[in-house]
Amino acid sequence: MKSPLLQFTEKGIYCEAAKVYLDPWRPVDKAIISHGHSDHSRWGHKQYITHHRNIPIIKHRLGHITVSGKDWGETFLINGVKFSLHPAGHIIGSSQIRVEHKGEVWVFTGDYKIEDDGLCTPYENVKCHTFITECTFGLPAFKWLPQSEVFNEINAWWSQNQAEGKTSVLFGYSLGKAQRLLKHLDTSIGKIYTHGAVENMTNVVRPLVDLPETYLITRETKKEELRGNMVVAPPSAHGSTWIRKMVPFVTATASGWMAFRGARRRRAIDKGFVLSDHCDWSGLLESIKATGAEKVICTHGYTEIFSRYLGELGYDARTESTQYEGEISEISASETENVEVS
Amino acid sequence: MKRFAELIKTLDSTNKTNEKVKALAEYFVMANDTDKVWTIAILSHRRPPRPVNTTLLREWAAELANIPLWLFEESYHIVGDLAETIALIIPSSTNSTEKSLTHFLDEMIALKPKTEDEKKTYLFYNWEQLNYYERFVFTKLITGGFRIGVSQKLMTKALAKATQLDEDVLAYKLMGNWNPSTISFQDLILEEKESDYLSKPYPFYLAYALEETPEDLGSVSNWSAEHKWDGIRAQVIVRNDEIFIWSRGEELVTDKYPEFQKFIGNIPNGTVLDGELLPYPNGEIGTFNDLQTRIGRKTVSKSLLEKTPVILKAYDLLEWDGKDIRSKNYLERRQLLEQLNKEKTKSRAIENSFLLSERLQFKSWDEVTKERARSREMRSEGLMLKHNHSPYQVGRKKGDWWKWKVEPLTIDAVLTYAMRGHGRRSNLFTDYTFALWQTNEDGEKELVTFAKAYSGLTDTEFREVDAWIKKNTLERFGPVRSVTPHHVFEIAFEGIALSKRHKSGVATRFPRILKWRKDKKIEEANTLEDLRSLIPNAVKESHK
Repeated sequence: MKSPLLQFTEKGIYCEAAKVYLDPWRPVDKAIISHGHSDHSRWGHKQYITHHRNIPIIKHRLGHITVSGKDWGETFLINGVKFSLHPAGHIIGSSQIRVEHKGEVWVFTGDYKIEDDGLCTPYENVKCHTFITECTFGLPAFKWLPQSEVFNEINAWWSQNQAEGKTSVLFGYSLGKAQRLLKHLDTSIGKIYTHGAVENMTNVVRPLVDLPETYLITRETKKEELRGNMVVAPPSAHGSTWIRKMVPFVTATASGWMAFRGARRRRAIDKGFVLSDHCDWSGLLESIKATGAEKVICTHGYTEIFSRYLGELGYDARTESTQYEGEISEISASETENVEVS
Repeated sequence: MKRFAELIKTLDSTNKTNEKVKALAEYFVMANDTDKVWTIAILSHRRPPRPVNTTLLREWAAELANIPLWLFEESYHIVGDLAETIALIIPSSTNSTEKSLTHFLDEMIALKPKTEDEKKTYLFYNWEQLNYYERFVFTKLITGGFRIGVSQKLMTKALAKATQLDEDVLAYKLMGNWNPSTISFQDLILEEKESDYLSKPYPFYLAYALEETPEDLGSVSNWSAEHKWDGIRAQVIVRNDEIFIWSRGEELVTDKYPEFQKFIGNIPNGTVLDGELLPYPNGEIGTFNDLQTRIGRKTVSKSLLEKTPVILKAYDLLEWDGKDIRSKNYLERRQLLEQLNKEKTKSRAIENSFLLSERLQFKSWDEVTKERARSREMRSEGLMLKHNHSPYQVGRKKGDWWKWKVEPLTIDAVLTYAMRGHGRRSNLFTDYTFALWQTNEDGEKELVTFAKAYSGLTDTEFREVDAWIKKNTLERFGPVRSVTPHHVFEIAFEGIALSKRHKSGVATRFPRILKWRKDKKIEEANTLEDLRSLIPNAVKESHK
């Protein structure tokens, strides 16, 4: 029996014909990388292939690696298998990976969203036979508002806090969400200060995108100068001693999980904004339909529920277990540290 | 409704009591009077009867959202709240409503006798019309109470702030069976009646746990001890031929315990007693499980009254002959109480429901320690140490009264099932079932469920267990998952009794997780036999 074009192995998603892995979680010789989040671009591969906009990001995270960059839609052959990268709209430099061999086309999404966030290259629909999709928010309870509405809320919140003489502290993962926040915060309200992790990553992507000026919070930063301004920090800063400098302050998190009342209360955050770099329920369904795929493989998120529903819609759908984490990492860094890898 | 939805949103989005009180007080100033009455009713769990059952709500919500019912159910398990799930899955509207809260409640009351079709039309119309948060609040009004951390006490506090009335008086005004559809805000709250003061309780004096050794309290001759009874702390007030029973939560529970009505006429007017309500089946103190059959019952059947009568174990006297005697010292108050006890036993009418909590005196702390060791036998949680010269103070104070509970019992058990939590724990597996080993008829060792627990781990540990459960699920039963037996936890509990209602044959009181025993393998967990051996002999005897 002919083995499938892509297989799920203990090291990652493997293309046997090309002897190459997609976003592997164990060290391999050759890896094609969808994007820079740590659950997709891991340390220890001999050779990395990724979109050229992702190169500065993974070099920042992984140090000296051997990496070659590709353009959107540029096809490259490995052992006769045709590969190309297409925008996934998830974060800067994030790609879907298209694999074609003997007339059969597979697409691996990595993580993706279909709304144009004004920062990364917008998601492109790619026709295929088999679509490997994430479904981090694969429940009908998840419905995103257009980001313009969410940012109106965020900016209004900032103005209100400023009127009350408080510092606004907004949590978002330092790669991706933080830059999206920076891009759309209204700098006519005040200055944007950053946590070191956000500042470093932002400086890495500044040559690629247009972002407003930010001010790194250092030991010398005075409490008074922060007042009324905005601080963008990674979720792990919540509850840390670092944050005490901001008093009086109010906190908010921007994440898809904030759709649930319980999720926000659990984290003892004052305000939750529902803003995600992943597809919502209808976003997943629409993009899958548009690919024309007959087979769908769900990799991470509410995989069992989502694939069962796809099955009822007539798709040949199944789940595969991977070590991708979806938006977990955006909630709190400590949560991912504690995830046991089985 | 717009203002009420805003209020709920504010209350729901803060953990700070002061902000909740502030938001509520502002609402009580701004809202119209009928809406105020309804808000008080809703926050004190006096909703109108549910006009539509939840089975229909689920089916209709799934239909309107155009998803299969199983997908609705799965979403519900993850979201953890029915009204929230419905509000989330139904397509969004940006409309808002001008109808008042009262208007909606009148509609819901009128809806109850209507046909299913009419109900469905009404729900579809409102679900589609209202914006997300109003839809959530609307559905909550239909499904049940709001669990948003607003106690009756907090609400009363806000009402006191808004009306400048005394909190205790307000608490009394809000008691009993008033009908929010017919009563006015004026009648319910503002009008002053002399009778409002008749029921007024004194604030309870509460003790801290003893942290050091009792020797640090000085000479034992200055101290008395009582057993710490495991029931409901209560204040019993007899004034003007009426009786009022207040629980420690400052809830008036008179109607739940009709056995005390006979205190009227047998205990003199102008008497206030502090004591413990205890279950007393078969003429002896029962377990908390027995009391559980009475808590929460609004109407008590005759057979239940006979099976599980409740008694007052009195330990202090706060008012005597209509005078506040809280500043008298403990021994003086006790003397009056003991005198009352002696006289009232002449009256056969109440001798079965009024008992004295015995005051114990010791010659050495060693003797006290020995008495404490008898607590489980005595069906108590430990001892109360009270200074002989202590006045009856207000609230939780250090110094004169100490509680000295027995150490909890503990056992090492295996995690076998997990369920998602609710509220702030929704979407996290935080409710666990634990099992112990038992050798079955074939001589094989098997795990038998003995308790559920959902507290005692840190948030970080809960997340760690949650992540592990998600990766080690064996089977799913709706919201419940069975997991690979792998982790051992040390479970602590206060009491233990034989029980026919439990699969293990043993009921534990207030089980909680003491420690995650990562150092232990499941083979090292305890057996059911180990658990049974912890049952005190006295308790075993009474079940024979």
